[in-house]
Amino acid sequence: MKLDRKEYQTLYEKKSPPTPSAKTIPAAFLVGGLICVLGQVLRTVFENMGLDKEAAGSAVSISLVFLGVALTACRLFEKIAKFAGAGTLVPITGFANSIAAPAMEFKTEGFVLGTCVKMFSIAGPVLTFGISASVFYGVILWLMEVMG
Amino acid sequence: MSRVGDTLFFETPVGVETWAAAVGTKEGEGPLGSCFDYVARENRFGKKTWEQAESRMVEIACETALNKAGLTPSRLDCALGGDLLNQCISTGYAMRGVGVPYFGLYGACSTMAESLILGAALVSGGFAQRTLCLASSHFCSAERQYRYPLEYGGQRPPSAQWTATASGAVVLHGGPAPVGITAATAGRIYDPGVTDSANMGAAMAQSAYETLRTFFRDSGQQPADFDLIVTGDLAAIGRDIVIELFRRDGVELDGRYQDCGMLLYDESQDAHAGASGCGCSAAVLCGRLLPDLAAGKLKKVLFCGTGALMSPTSSNQGESIPGICHLLRLEANL
Repeated sequence: MKLDRKEYQTLYEKKSPPTPSAKTIPAAFLVGGLICVLGQVLRTVFENMGLDKEAAGSAVSISLVFLGVALTACRLFEKIAKFAGAGTLVPITGFANSIAAPAMEFKTEGFVLGTCVKMFSIAGPVLTFGISASVFYGVILWLMEVMG
Repeated sequence: MSRVGDTLFFETPVGVETWAAAVGTKEGEGPLGSCFDYVARENRFGKKTWEQAESRMVEIACETALNKAGLTPSRLDCALGGDLLNQCISTGYAMRGVGVPYFGLYGACSTMAESLILGAALVSGGFAQRTLCLASSHFCSAERQYRYPLEYGGQRPPSAQWTATASGAVVLHGGPAPVGITAATAGRIYDPGVTDSANMGAAMAQSAYETLRTFFRDSGQQPADFDLIVTGDLAAIGRDIVIELFRRDGVELDGRYQDCGMLLYDESQDAHAGASGCGCSAAVLCGRLLPDLAAGKLKKVLFCGTGALMSPTSSNQGESIPGICHLLRLEANL
Protein backbone atom coordinates (compact mmCIF):
# COMPACT_ATOMS: atom_id res chain seq x y z
CA MET A 1 0.00 0.00 0.00
CA LYS A 2 1.35 3.44 -0.92
CA LEU A 3 1.46 5.78 2.07
CA ASP A 4 2.16 9.47 1.69
CA ARG A 5 4.72 11.05 4.01
CA LYS A 6 2.10 12.21 6.49
CA GLU A 7 0.49 8.76 6.77
CA TYR A 8 3.94 7.18 7.10
CA GLN A 9 4.85 9.65 9.85
CA THR A 10 1.67 8.83 11.75
CA LEU A 11 2.50 5.13 11.42
CA TYR A 12 6.10 5.29 12.62
CA GLU A 13 5.37 7.71 15.42
CA LYS A 14 2.73 5.29 16.67
CA LYS A 15 5.27 2.44 16.56
CA SER A 16 8.14 4.41 18.19
CA PRO A 17 8.17 4.16 21.98
CA PRO A 18 8.35 7.55 23.76
CA THR A 19 11.13 8.47 26.18
CA PRO A 20 10.21 6.93 29.56
CA SER A 21 9.86 10.37 31.22
CA ALA A 22 8.44 8.93 34.46
CA LYS A 23 11.86 7.35 34.99
CA THR A 24 14.22 9.85 33.33
CA ILE A 25 12.90 13.10 34.83
CA PRO A 26 13.11 12.01 38.52
CA ALA A 27 16.60 10.57 37.83
CA ALA A 28 17.69 13.89 36.32
CA PHE A 29 16.31 15.83 39.30
CA LEU A 30 17.91 13.46 41.79
CA VAL A 31 21.42 13.48 40.32
CA GLY A 32 21.28 17.15 39.28
CA GLY A 33 20.13 18.03 42.80
CA LEU A 34 22.90 15.98 44.40
CA ILE A 35 25.50 17.81 42.26
CA CYS A 36 24.04 21.13 43.49
CA VAL A 37 24.19 19.90 47.10
CA LEU A 38 27.82 18.94 46.55
CA GLY A 39 28.44 22.42 45.14
CA GLN A 40 26.86 24.01 48.22
CA VAL A 41 28.91 21.81 50.58
CA LEU A 42 32.11 22.77 48.73
CA ARG A 43 31.13 26.45 48.88
CA THR A 44 30.61 26.31 52.64
CA VAL A 45 33.92 24.50 53.09
CA PHE A 46 35.78 27.07 50.94
CA GLU A 47 34.15 29.98 52.77
CA ASN A 48 35.11 28.45 56.11
CA MET A 49 38.67 28.18 54.78
CA GLY A 50 38.63 31.96 54.48
CA LEU A 51 37.75 32.54 50.82
CA ASP A 52 35.38 35.43 50.12
CA LYS A 53 32.04 34.82 48.43
CA GLU A 54 33.24 35.38 44.86
CA ALA A 55 36.44 33.36 45.24
CA ALA A 56 34.52 30.51 46.89
CA GLY A 57 32.12 30.44 43.90
CA SER A 58 35.03 30.20 41.47
CA ALA A 59 36.66 27.49 43.58
CA VAL A 60 33.40 25.49 43.50
CA SER A 61 33.27 25.73 39.67
CA ILE A 62 36.90 24.68 39.37
CA SER A 63 36.33 21.72 41.72
CA LEU A 64 33.23 20.50 39.87
CA VAL A 65 34.95 20.84 36.49
CA PHE A 66 37.88 18.84 37.89
CA LEU A 67 35.45 16.21 39.18
CA GLY A 68 33.67 16.01 35.78
CA VAL A 69 36.95 15.59 33.91
CA ALA A 70 38.27 13.03 36.43
CA LEU A 71 35.09 10.96 36.19
CA THR A 72 35.25 11.17 32.36
CA ALA A 73 38.86 9.97 32.41
CA CYS A 74 37.86 7.01 34.62
CA ARG A 75 35.02 6.18 32.19
CA LEU A 76 32.53 6.64 35.05
CA PHE A 77 30.87 9.84 33.83
CA GLU A 78 29.19 8.16 30.84
CA LYS A 79 27.69 5.54 33.17
CA ILE A 80 26.31 8.12 35.60
CA ALA A 81 25.06 10.29 32.71
CA LYS A 82 23.26 7.35 31.14
CA PHE A 83 21.13 7.21 34.27
CA ALA A 84 21.00 10.94 35.02
CA GLY A 85 20.55 12.52 31.55
CA ALA A 86 20.09 16.26 31.96
CA GLY A 87 21.01 15.84 35.67
CA THR A 88 24.68 15.65 34.72
CA LEU A 89 24.42 17.55 31.42
CA VAL A 90 23.04 20.85 32.74
CA PRO A 91 25.45 21.52 35.67
CA ILE A 92 29.05 22.53 34.90
CA THR A 93 30.01 18.82 35.12
CA GLY A 94 28.36 18.28 31.73
CA PHE A 95 30.40 21.12 30.24
CA ALA A 96 33.59 19.55 31.60
CA ASN A 97 32.64 16.16 30.16
CA SER A 98 31.80 17.62 26.75
CA ILE A 99 35.38 18.94 26.47
CA ALA A 100 37.20 16.03 28.09
CA ALA A 101 35.40 13.35 26.06
CA PRO A 102 36.45 14.48 22.56
CA ALA A 103 39.92 15.38 23.90
CA MET A 104 40.33 11.74 24.95
CA GLU A 105 38.57 10.18 21.98
CA PHE A 106 40.50 12.00 19.27
CA LYS A 107 43.99 11.68 20.73
CA THR A 108 44.53 8.86 18.20
CA GLU A 109 44.72 11.58 15.50
CA GLY A 110 47.53 13.29 17.41
CA PHE A 111 47.82 16.00 20.09
CA VAL A 112 47.37 18.98 17.75
CA LEU A 113 45.17 17.61 14.92
CA GLY A 114 43.19 15.32 17.22
CA THR A 115 42.88 16.48 20.82
CA CYS A 116 43.31 20.24 20.27
CA VAL A 117 41.18 20.47 17.12
CA LYS A 118 38.32 18.32 18.39
CA MET A 119 38.31 19.37 22.06
CA PHE A 120 35.65 22.03 21.62
CA SER A 121 33.63 20.23 18.94
CA ILE A 122 30.71 19.76 21.35
CA ALA A 123 31.29 22.64 23.80
CA GLY A 124 32.05 25.12 21.00
CA PRO A 125 28.55 26.63 20.81
CA VAL A 126 28.42 27.04 24.61
CA LEU A 127 31.71 28.92 24.53
CA THR A 128 30.65 31.03 21.53
CA PHE A 129 27.41 32.10 23.17
CA GLY A 130 29.03 32.45 26.63
CA ILE A 131 31.85 34.68 25.39
CA SER A 132 29.56 36.70 23.08
CA ALA A 133 27.09 37.29 25.92
CA SER A 134 29.85 38.35 28.33
CA VAL A 135 31.23 40.84 25.77
CA PHE A 136 27.71 42.17 25.08
CA TYR A 137 26.89 42.68 28.76
CA GLY A 138 30.41 44.04 29.40
CA VAL A 139 29.81 46.73 26.80
CA ILE A 140 26.43 47.60 28.35
CA LEU A 141 28.04 47.83 31.81
CA TRP A 142 30.83 50.01 30.42
CA LEU A 143 28.30 52.32 28.69
CA MET A 144 26.31 52.61 31.90
CA GLU A 145 29.48 53.60 33.80
CA VAL A 146 30.54 56.11 31.14
CA MET A 147 27.11 57.71 31.07
CA GLY A 148 27.15 57.87 34.83
CA MET B 1 21.06 -15.53 -15.93
CA SER B 2 17.91 -13.59 -16.73
CA ARG B 3 16.29 -10.42 -15.56
CA VAL B 4 12.68 -9.61 -14.75
CA GLY B 5 12.02 -6.07 -13.55
CA ASP B 6 14.62 -5.27 -10.89
CA THR B 7 15.32 -8.93 -10.14
CA LEU B 8 18.16 -11.08 -11.46
CA PHE B 9 17.52 -14.82 -11.66
CA PHE B 10 20.49 -17.16 -11.55
CA GLU B 11 19.17 -20.30 -13.26
CA THR B 12 22.44 -21.97 -12.31
CA PRO B 13 22.72 -21.04 -8.63
CA VAL B 14 25.83 -19.13 -7.59
CA GLY B 15 27.47 -21.26 -4.90
CA VAL B 16 28.19 -19.92 -1.43
CA GLU B 17 31.42 -21.83 -0.91
CA THR B 18 32.63 -20.65 2.48
CA TRP B 19 31.95 -17.91 5.00
CA ALA B 20 33.00 -16.55 8.38
CA ALA B 21 31.93 -13.98 10.94
CA ALA B 22 34.22 -12.12 13.35
CA VAL B 23 32.55 -10.09 16.10
CA GLY B 24 33.25 -7.92 19.14
CA THR B 25 32.73 -8.71 22.82
CA LYS B 26 29.13 -7.49 23.16
CA GLU B 27 28.05 -9.57 20.14
CA GLY B 28 29.92 -12.57 21.60
CA GLU B 29 27.88 -12.21 24.80
CA GLY B 30 24.62 -12.06 22.84
CA PRO B 31 22.24 -14.90 21.98
CA LEU B 32 24.21 -15.80 18.81
CA GLY B 33 27.60 -15.63 20.57
CA SER B 34 28.40 -19.31 20.05
CA CYS B 35 27.57 -19.15 16.30
CA PHE B 36 30.42 -16.84 15.33
CA ASP B 37 33.79 -18.06 14.07
CA TYR B 38 35.75 -15.48 16.02
CA VAL B 39 34.79 -13.48 19.12
CA ALA B 40 37.20 -10.75 20.20
CA ARG B 41 38.58 -10.73 23.73
CA GLU B 42 38.72 -6.94 23.60
CA ASN B 43 37.27 -4.57 21.00
CA ARG B 44 40.60 -2.96 20.08
CA PHE B 45 41.70 -6.24 18.49
CA GLY B 46 45.20 -5.47 19.81
CA LYS B 47 45.42 -2.27 17.72
CA LYS B 48 46.07 1.38 18.57
CA THR B 49 42.98 2.92 16.94
CA TRP B 50 39.37 1.88 16.46
CA GLU B 51 39.77 2.10 12.69
CA GLN B 52 42.74 -0.28 12.77
CA ALA B 53 40.72 -2.54 15.06
CA GLU B 54 37.90 -2.70 12.51
CA SER B 55 40.38 -3.44 9.71
CA ARG B 56 41.87 -6.25 11.78
CA MET B 57 38.39 -7.68 12.32
CA VAL B 58 37.80 -7.65 8.54
CA GLU B 59 41.14 -9.42 8.02
CA ILE B 60 40.20 -12.07 10.57
CA ALA B 61 36.84 -12.71 8.89
CA CYS B 62 38.53 -13.06 5.47
CA GLU B 63 41.34 -15.30 6.72
CA THR B 64 38.89 -17.52 8.59
CA ALA B 65 36.54 -17.86 5.61
CA LEU B 66 39.42 -18.78 3.28
CA ASN B 67 40.98 -21.19 5.81
CA LYS B 68 37.68 -23.01 6.32
CA ALA B 69 37.71 -23.99 2.63
CA GLY B 70 41.48 -24.41 2.36
CA LEU B 71 41.73 -21.45 -0.03
CA THR B 72 44.46 -18.87 -0.46
CA PRO B 73 43.88 -15.27 -1.65
CA SER B 74 45.49 -16.19 -5.00
CA ARG B 75 42.39 -18.29 -5.75
CA LEU B 76 40.17 -15.18 -5.58
CA ASP B 77 39.43 -13.21 -8.74
CA CYS B 78 38.18 -10.17 -6.88
CA ALA B 79 36.92 -8.83 -3.59
CA LEU B 80 33.91 -6.55 -3.08
CA GLY B 81 33.14 -4.94 0.24
CA GLY B 82 32.70 -1.91 2.37
CA ASP B 83 31.96 -0.48 5.77
CA LEU B 84 30.51 2.64 7.40
CA LEU B 85 33.63 4.76 7.69
CA ASN B 86 34.41 7.73 5.48
CA GLN B 87 36.14 6.52 2.31
CA CYS B 88 35.55 2.90 3.45
CA ILE B 89 38.94 2.76 5.14
CA SER B 90 38.38 -0.36 7.26
CA THR B 91 37.85 -2.57 4.24
CA GLY B 92 40.36 -0.78 2.02
CA TYR B 93 43.12 -1.10 4.61
CA ALA B 94 42.21 -4.71 5.33
CA MET B 95 42.46 -5.49 1.60
CA ARG B 96 45.89 -3.80 1.41
CA GLY B 97 47.61 -7.04 2.32
CA VAL B 98 45.35 -9.45 0.44
CA GLY B 99 46.47 -8.41 -3.03
CA VAL B 100 43.36 -9.24 -5.08
CA PRO B 101 41.41 -6.86 -7.37
CA TYR B 102 39.17 -4.92 -5.00
CA PHE B 103 35.94 -2.95 -5.41
CA GLY B 104 35.06 -0.69 -2.46
CA LEU B 105 31.32 -0.43 -1.91
CA TYR B 106 29.11 1.83 0.16
CA GLY B 107 25.53 0.81 0.77
CA ALA B 108 25.44 1.82 4.45
CA CYS B 109 24.14 -1.17 6.40
CA SER B 110 22.97 -2.93 3.21
CA THR B 111 26.58 -3.46 2.08
CA MET B 112 26.66 -7.24 2.72
CA ALA B 113 23.67 -7.81 0.43
CA GLU B 114 25.03 -5.33 -2.12
CA SER B 115 28.41 -7.07 -2.30
CA LEU B 116 26.72 -10.48 -2.61
CA ILE B 117 24.51 -9.33 -5.50
CA LEU B 118 27.47 -7.88 -7.42
CA GLY B 119 29.71 -10.84 -6.54
CA ALA B 120 27.04 -13.30 -7.69
CA ALA B 121 26.48 -11.37 -10.93
CA LEU B 122 30.23 -11.44 -11.70
CA VAL B 123 30.37 -15.20 -11.10
CA SER B 124 27.15 -15.92 -12.96
CA GLY B 125 28.20 -13.76 -15.90
CA GLY B 126 31.50 -15.62 -16.15
CA PHE B 127 33.65 -12.61 -15.27
CA ALA B 128 35.01 -14.25 -12.12
CA GLN B 129 35.44 -17.79 -10.91
CA ARG B 130 35.50 -16.86 -7.27
CA THR B 131 34.61 -13.61 -5.49
CA LEU B 132 35.04 -12.52 -1.88
CA CYS B 133 32.15 -10.44 -0.48
CA LEU B 134 32.63 -8.43 2.68
CA ALA B 135 30.98 -6.00 5.06
CA SER B 136 31.89 -4.69 8.49
CA SER B 137 31.08 -2.14 11.14
CA HIS B 138 32.60 -1.32 14.53
CA PHE B 139 30.61 0.40 17.27
CA CYS B 140 33.51 2.57 18.40
CA SER B 141 34.71 3.76 14.97
CA ALA B 142 31.12 4.42 13.79
CA GLU B 143 30.11 6.22 16.97
CA ARG B 144 32.96 8.74 16.79
CA GLN B 145 32.20 9.44 13.12
CA TYR B 146 28.39 9.64 13.25
CA ARG B 147 27.59 10.66 16.82
CA TYR B 148 29.54 11.50 19.96
CA PRO B 149 32.84 10.43 21.51
CA LEU B 150 32.43 7.23 23.56
CA GLU B 151 33.15 9.01 26.85
CA TYR B 152 30.50 11.68 26.24
CA GLY B 153 27.71 11.45 28.78
CA GLY B 154 24.43 11.33 26.92
CA GLN B 155 21.22 9.36 26.83
CA ARG B 156 20.02 7.45 23.79
CA PRO B 157 16.32 7.53 22.91
CA PRO B 158 14.40 4.21 22.95
CA SER B 159 14.29 4.18 19.12
CA ALA B 160 18.11 4.33 18.84
CA GLN B 161 20.04 1.30 17.62
CA TRP B 162 23.42 -0.10 18.58
CA THR B 163 26.03 -0.31 15.79
CA ALA B 164 27.30 -3.87 15.82
CA THR B 165 31.01 -4.61 16.07
CA ALA B 166 31.00 -7.36 13.51
CA SER B 167 32.30 -8.42 10.13
CA GLY B 168 31.25 -11.06 7.64
CA ALA B 169 33.15 -12.58 4.72
CA VAL B 170 31.56 -14.83 2.08
CA VAL B 171 33.23 -16.57 -0.86
CA LEU B 172 31.07 -17.18 -3.94
CA HIS B 173 31.96 -19.46 -6.82
CA GLY B 174 30.43 -21.22 -9.79
CA GLY B 175 30.90 -24.75 -8.52
CA PRO B 176 28.87 -26.96 -6.18
CA ALA B 177 28.22 -25.52 -2.73
CA PRO B 178 26.02 -26.17 0.30
CA VAL B 179 24.05 -22.96 -0.29
CA GLY B 180 23.14 -21.25 -3.54
CA ILE B 181 22.10 -17.73 -4.49
CA THR B 182 19.25 -18.17 -6.97
CA ALA B 183 17.89 -14.63 -7.32
CA ALA B 184 18.61 -11.07 -6.29
CA THR B 185 16.68 -7.82 -6.34
CA ALA B 186 18.61 -4.57 -6.52
CA GLY B 187 16.97 -1.99 -4.29
CA ARG B 188 15.77 1.45 -5.25
CA ILE B 189 16.03 4.38 -2.86
CA TYR B 190 12.92 5.33 -0.92
CA ASP B 191 12.74 8.34 1.34
CA PRO B 192 9.63 8.45 3.51
CA GLY B 193 10.73 11.77 5.05
CA VAL B 194 12.12 10.60 8.41
CA THR B 195 14.61 13.18 9.71
CA ASP B 196 15.35 11.63 13.11
CA SER B 197 18.74 9.89 12.81
CA ALA B 198 17.95 8.09 16.08
CA ASN B 199 15.08 6.31 14.30
CA MET B 200 16.78 4.65 11.34
CA GLY B 201 14.51 1.61 11.46
CA ALA B 202 11.59 3.82 10.50
CA ALA B 203 13.64 5.47 7.74
CA MET B 204 14.57 2.10 6.17
CA ALA B 205 11.33 0.16 6.65
CA GLN B 206 9.63 1.48 3.54
CA SER B 207 12.54 0.49 1.30
CA ALA B 208 12.48 -3.03 2.80
CA TYR B 209 8.75 -3.26 2.10
CA GLU B 210 9.14 -1.96 -1.47
CA THR B 211 12.07 -4.27 -2.34
CA LEU B 212 10.21 -7.30 -0.96
CA ARG B 213 7.11 -6.34 -2.92
CA THR B 214 9.21 -5.87 -6.07
CA PHE B 215 10.74 -9.31 -5.59
CA PHE B 216 7.32 -10.96 -5.05
CA ARG B 217 6.02 -9.22 -8.21
CA ASP B 218 9.08 -10.12 -10.33
CA SER B 219 9.30 -13.73 -9.14
CA GLY B 220 5.64 -14.55 -8.76
CA GLN B 221 6.44 -16.01 -5.36
CA GLN B 222 4.85 -15.10 -2.04
CA PRO B 223 6.01 -14.97 1.60
CA ALA B 224 4.59 -18.46 2.27
CA ASP B 225 7.15 -19.91 -0.20
CA PHE B 226 9.95 -19.16 2.26
CA ASP B 227 11.03 -20.61 5.61
CA LEU B 228 12.42 -17.29 6.64
CA ILE B 229 12.39 -13.69 5.46
CA VAL B 230 15.05 -11.68 7.22
CA THR B 231 15.81 -7.96 7.01
CA GLY B 232 19.16 -6.41 7.91
CA ASP B 233 18.82 -3.94 10.72
CA LEU B 234 15.32 -2.49 10.94
CA ALA B 235 15.16 -3.39 14.65
CA ALA B 236 11.94 -3.33 16.66
CA ILE B 237 10.30 -0.25 15.15
CA GLY B 238 11.23 -0.86 11.51
CA ARG B 239 10.22 -4.51 11.69
CA ASP B 240 6.81 -3.56 13.09
CA ILE B 241 6.33 -1.06 10.26
CA VAL B 242 7.15 -3.66 7.57
CA ILE B 243 4.67 -6.10 9.14
CA GLU B 244 2.04 -3.34 9.27
CA LEU B 245 2.62 -2.25 5.64
CA PHE B 246 2.20 -5.83 4.40
CA ARG B 247 -0.83 -6.30 6.65
CA ARG B 248 -2.49 -3.35 4.93
CA ASP B 249 -1.94 -5.23 1.66
CA GLY B 250 -3.62 -8.27 3.20
CA VAL B 251 -0.33 -10.20 3.54
CA GLU B 252 0.68 -11.69 6.91
CA LEU B 253 4.46 -11.92 7.42
CA ASP B 254 4.53 -12.65 11.13
CA GLY B 255 5.99 -15.98 12.08
CA ARG B 256 8.32 -16.28 9.11
CA TYR B 257 9.77 -12.78 9.32
CA GLN B 258 12.72 -11.78 11.49
CA ASP B 259 15.19 -8.93 11.61
CA CYS B 260 18.94 -9.41 12.17
CA GLY B 261 18.93 -6.30 14.36
CA MET B 262 16.70 -8.11 16.83
CA LEU B 263 18.71 -11.35 16.85
CA LEU B 264 22.15 -10.06 17.77
CA TYR B 265 21.51 -8.79 21.32
CA ASP B 266 19.09 -9.71 24.07
CA GLU B 267 16.99 -7.40 26.24
CA SER B 268 19.60 -7.17 29.00
CA GLN B 269 22.27 -5.82 26.65
CA ASP B 270 20.82 -2.34 26.52
CA ALA B 271 20.82 -2.04 22.74
CA HIS B 272 17.48 -0.14 22.79
CA ALA B 273 15.57 -0.87 19.54
CA GLY B 274 18.21 -3.39 18.38
CA ALA B 275 21.42 -3.72 16.42
CA SER B 276 22.46 -1.86 13.26
CA GLY B 277 25.55 -1.47 11.09
CA CYS B 278 26.86 -3.38 8.07
CA GLY B 279 28.27 -6.00 10.42
CA CYS B 280 24.85 -6.78 11.89
CA SER B 281 23.34 -8.49 8.84
CA ALA B 282 26.78 -9.76 7.73
CA ALA B 283 27.41 -11.55 11.02
CA VAL B 284 23.89 -12.96 11.32
CA LEU B 285 24.16 -14.22 7.73
CA CYS B 286 27.55 -15.87 8.28
CA GLY B 287 26.96 -16.98 11.86
CA ARG B 288 23.39 -18.17 11.69
CA LEU B 289 21.61 -18.17 8.31
CA LEU B 290 24.26 -19.79 6.07
CA PRO B 291 25.09 -22.55 8.62
CA ASP B 292 21.35 -23.29 9.04
CA LEU B 293 20.89 -23.41 5.26
CA ALA B 294 23.95 -25.64 4.87
CA ALA B 295 22.62 -27.96 7.58
CA GLY B 296 19.19 -28.11 5.93
CA LYS B 297 17.43 -26.50 8.92
CA LEU B 298 16.37 -23.75 6.52
CA LYS B 299 15.63 -24.39 2.86
CA LYS B 300 14.57 -21.10 1.31
CA VAL B 301 15.49 -17.73 2.77
CA LEU B 302 15.09 -14.15 1.62
CA PHE B 303 17.98 -12.09 2.96
CA CYS B 304 17.35 -8.34 2.71
CA GLY B 305 20.15 -5.94 3.59
CA THR B 306 18.80 -2.54 4.63
CA GLY B 307 20.71 0.74 4.64
CA ALA B 308 20.10 4.32 5.75
CA LEU B 309 22.00 6.53 3.30
CA MET B 310 22.52 9.62 5.41
CA SER B 311 25.64 11.27 6.85
CA PRO B 312 26.18 13.66 9.78
CA THR B 313 26.44 16.45 7.18
CA SER B 314 23.07 15.69 5.57
CA SER B 315 21.47 15.33 9.03
CA ASN B 316 22.85 18.71 10.17
CA GLN B 317 21.52 20.24 6.95
CA GLY B 318 18.05 19.02 7.87
CA GLU B 319 17.79 16.44 5.08
CA SER B 320 15.56 13.41 5.53
CA ILE B 321 17.03 9.91 5.52
CA PRO B 322 16.88 7.89 2.27
CA GLY B 323 16.61 4.14 2.76
CA ILE B 324 17.70 1.28 0.52
CA CYS B 325 17.19 -2.47 0.62
CA HIS B 326 18.91 -5.15 -1.47
CA LEU B 327 17.46 -8.66 -1.51
CA LEU B 328 18.92 -12.12 -2.13
CA ARG B 329 17.15 -15.44 -2.45
CA LEU B 330 19.23 -18.14 -0.76
CA GLU B 331 18.46 -21.82 -1.14
CA ALA B 332 19.91 -24.92 0.45
CA ASN B 333 21.38 -27.31 -2.09
CA LEU B 334 20.01 -30.61 -0.90
